[in-house]
Amino acid sequence: MLLTAKDIHKTYQTADGPFAVLRGVSLTLAAGETLALTGESGSGKSTLLHLIGGLDVPDTGQILLDGTDIAALDDTGRAALRRGTVGVVFQQFNLIPSLRVADNIAFQARLAGQYDAAWCAELADRMGLKPQLRKYPEQLSGGQQQRVAIARTLAPRPKLVLADEPTGNLDEGTAEVVLSLMLDLVTETRAGLLMVTHSDRLAGRMTRRLHLAKGQVA
Amino acid sequence: MTGTILTALVSHWWRNPLQLFTLLAGLALATALWSGVQAVNAEARASYDAAANTLGEGQFDQLVAQGGGTIPQATYVSLRRAGWLVSPVVEGRLNGVRIVGLDPLTAPGGLGPIRLDEGADIGTFLTGRGQLFGQQSALDDLGDLGPDAVVSPDVAPGTVITDIGVAQQLLGLEGQVSRMLIAPDQPINQVALEVAAPEVRRQPAQGGSDIARLTDSFHLNLTAFGLLSFAVGIFIVNGAIGLAFEQRRPVVRTLRALGVPLPQLIILMALELAIMALVAGGIGVMLGYVIASLLLPDVAATLRGLYGADVAGTLQLRPVWWLSGLAIALGGTALAAGGAFWKLARMPLLAGAAPRALAMAAGRRAVFQGVCAVILLIAALLLGITGTGLLAGFVMLGCLLIGAALALPVLLDRALALFQSRTAEVRAAWFWADTRQQLPGLSLALMALLLAMAANVGVSTMVSSFRLTFTGFLDQRLASELYVTAQDPAQAAELQDFLAPRVDAILPIVSAEVEIAGLPTEIFGARDHATYRDARAFLTAAATPWDAVAAGEGILINEQLARRSGLVVGDAVTFAGRDLTIAATYGDYGNPIGQAIINEALFKTLYPDITPLRFGLRMDAAEVPAVVAALIDDQGLSADQMINQARIKQFSLDVFDRTFTVTTALNVLTLAVAGFAILMSLLTLAAMRVPQLAPAWAMGMTRAQLGRFELIRAVLLAVLTAIAALPLGLALAWALLAVVNVAAFGWKLPMFLFPMDYLRLLIFALLAAGLAALWPAWRLSRTPPSDLLKVFSNER
Repeated sequence: MLLTAKDIHKTYQTADGPFAVLRGVSLTLAAGETLALTGESGSGKSTLLHLIGGLDVPDTGQILLDGTDIAALDDTGRAALRRGTVGVVFQQFNLIPSLRVADNIAFQARLAGQYDAAWCAELADRMGLKPQLRKYPEQLSGGQQQRVAIARTLAPRPKLVLADEPTGNLDEGTAEVVLSLMLDLVTETRAGLLMVTHSDRLAGRMTRRLHLAKGQVA
Repeated sequence: MTGTILTALVSHWWRNPLQLFTLLAGLALATALWSGVQAVNAEARASYDAAANTLGEGQFDQLVAQGGGTIPQATYVSLRRAGWLVSPVVEGRLNGVRIVGLDPLTAPGGLGPIRLDEGADIGTFLTGRGQLFGQQSALDDLGDLGPDAVVSPDVAPGTVITDIGVAQQLLGLEGQVSRMLIAPDQPINQVALEVAAPEVRRQPAQGGSDIARLTDSFHLNLTAFGLLSFAVGIFIVNGAIGLAFEQRRPVVRTLRALGVPLPQLIILMALELAIMALVAGGIGVMLGYVIASLLLPDVAATLRGLYGADVAGTLQLRPVWWLSGLAIALGGTALAAGGAFWKLARMPLLAGAAPRALAMAAGRRAVFQGVCAVILLIAALLLGITGTGLLAGFVMLGCLLIGAALALPVLLDRALALFQSRTAEVRAAWFWADTRQQLPGLSLALMALLLAMAANVGVSTMVSSFRLTFTGFLDQRLASELYVTAQDPAQAAELQDFLAPRVDAILPIVSAEVEIAGLPTEIFGARDHATYRDARAFLTAAATPWDAVAAGEGILINEQLARRSGLVVGDAVTFAGRDLTIAATYGDYGNPIGQAIINEALFKTLYPDITPLRFGLRMDAAEVPAVVAALIDDQGLSADQMINQARIKQFSLDVFDRTFTVTTALNVLTLAVAGFAILMSLLTLAAMRVPQLAPAWAMGMTRAQLGRFELIRAVLLAVLTAIAALPLGLALAWALLAVVNVAAFGWKLPMFLFPMDYLRLLIFALLAAGLAALWPAWRLSRTPPSDLLKVFSNER
């Protein structure tokens, strides 16, 4: 199994006191499998995604990614995990504004020491970004920026792709194109995909679906 | 991975070249002003040290003639025979150059600063035509006198060193020596000095360069300016770094999300800044060299005129100086970036990734700043009331300046809020609201302007007060129309006989070095004359001080002695076995040591061996030229034995004004740096302004109107800052005059106000702010509508 999360708990301190975001969530994901994580705002979807991506640590529970317990890693270990094993696609794209598109696509692969020029070129081609390679992110439309973000995520060939509402900022037509491209590429690379979405229609395109409500699997 | 991260970090600067320029220029300017002033100070101090080395004044006790003048060479011989390890020195001036003759075989310091590898040939030095060692300029001034000229950069400026025999010949002092240096280790069975050579007296070593101590006040002034300019520059750097970190905050989060470890990120960002600091520091040191080269001639003239200190008019590139320039650039950058790095290290990875607007953080920061400002200003007030000593003075100044700078944004915000609440017209209301929103982004530049203007007000008040006091002081001190100096007691007696029928009064000027209350003091014997009774003003005095002095019962002491010893009018002092009552204290500006005045007759009783060689002559000012001519023609006096009162007053004021020129130049530079800070802040904020201005434009305001508002805003903020700077500057002047000056030099200066100077400064500051805002305002008025429209576009 590529990913196994067992009995995950996470509580945040808020102005009104402690707030339990996740209350014993468990899930599994196999390589090449796609899983939609749905639920209302505040149900804990993004928090779970961040924990799996090594961006945060659970209070209790275990997250095994490719056999490694993420919760047991220190900050440097989790950073190494984020560089090479996991790729995250953010809703806000989070591109580096001062780098050109080509450099943005290659960036994470270079960080991970897994840069493959041919693969990056193919990703750019498949994403329809070839004419934009010399441009800066601010010169692109939202859809184009998200395609750059997806290409950047896939460039180091991660074992697990995490996507946090990747089409949330895009119109319906563009969202469809971007999602199709991402699914095709994930399937080709045999990566697992865990995608947070509000959209039933997009969730329907995944092989499996998990609904969260009040921090628990519904 | 490191290369990839660095590429991402450095790419920010290529995409924001103006920010990069601001950072580099701010740091370069800060370093330039600091290192320029340091270069001037270092050059002057090196000259003093060279002088001390050459003349051995600071290191060894010396024997000098009891009544002044030269000592017969026979006395030297008899002292050597009596077991005294002494070395003769001959000195005098020729063609404006100081010639020092040493005996290298007996001199305790050898040949002073001359090294044998520089061409000193001991054989040629002692025999034949001899050798003259000095800096090129001194040798050029001297001309070809016969001995071989050897360029030696370590010899003090304006000085030439040679063998004693050569010096005697050149100066016409055959068979005479000027003084004798006493070797530190003497045989125990030598004959007592009073027996071996009663015509000489021992003058103790002064422990280092005396000139260096004398000029401390001047260098302190320059250093304070350098430090202030550096602080203003660091404000610019802090602003640039703060803005760059704010803008890069999302990128930093992205980098961390993509797997870059935080420690590595911080190290690389620090490395990036360090490289920039070194580049900017290098540029700054070069600029500093240019500034120092421009300032040095004025500084050298000032030091020569005020303190008689010879300073080379040309600058040497000293490794310590440029290394310290780079170090201060690195240190300044670390200081300016410390807060930004602290925030970066504590920044949570999962906080919202959107850029945090400066204004959003400003609210919390304003409260913190306000609290800090109040604490610092209260501390300054308490130190001003209760603190004593130099350290307390400087801490008070620091608290006052930093506290006021921190209080400025809060005060400006309150003032703008007041204007806003009193405005009904819609555009004006928007203008006030928009200005308040701009304030956080401009506050650092305005703080820099506040400090620059306050320094201008403070220092110009101090200097102008000093000038007024100095002028009055000169009138008191230089009451006599002409001053003459005799070469020896015989000539002094002749002169008095000659002058008696030609002038109204002859006032001998005679002094001795004593200790009063354990402090070294120069005591003068003054004749009871209307000149002193009428002209001298006292700081504190008994009912009839001059009567007490005339009766041989009273003594007048200078402020320095009074403050350092804690003596006040009415206290008794004892010296030379006599008890005298302090009848008055008087101001004695610029004198580093204690001074006292007693009656001439009493002085003669106490020091019968000291014969007056200097005299003040009272006469009708119109008769001075005739008396001077008679002294030259009939008595054979040379021109340098007479000083005309009017000439010396004018010369002293010229020197003072030249000092003021240096201060003015530094004032202008500091203000220019503050103007630059405003320009850079406005330019860097310009891009961020578009989303704020686009709605106003969309609702019907023209781009030209918006541009005009930008200009008015800059000038208005400068006016408000200037209003705040005036009381701060006056407080600074008071602190300098009444606290720092007293603690550092022992005398207090009265403070005068100069409203026209302040008005001129205000106009100058407004011009600087207006000029700084002109370009950004023009650029704004030319913003393409497409850029403004993008704000409303959903495409991005």
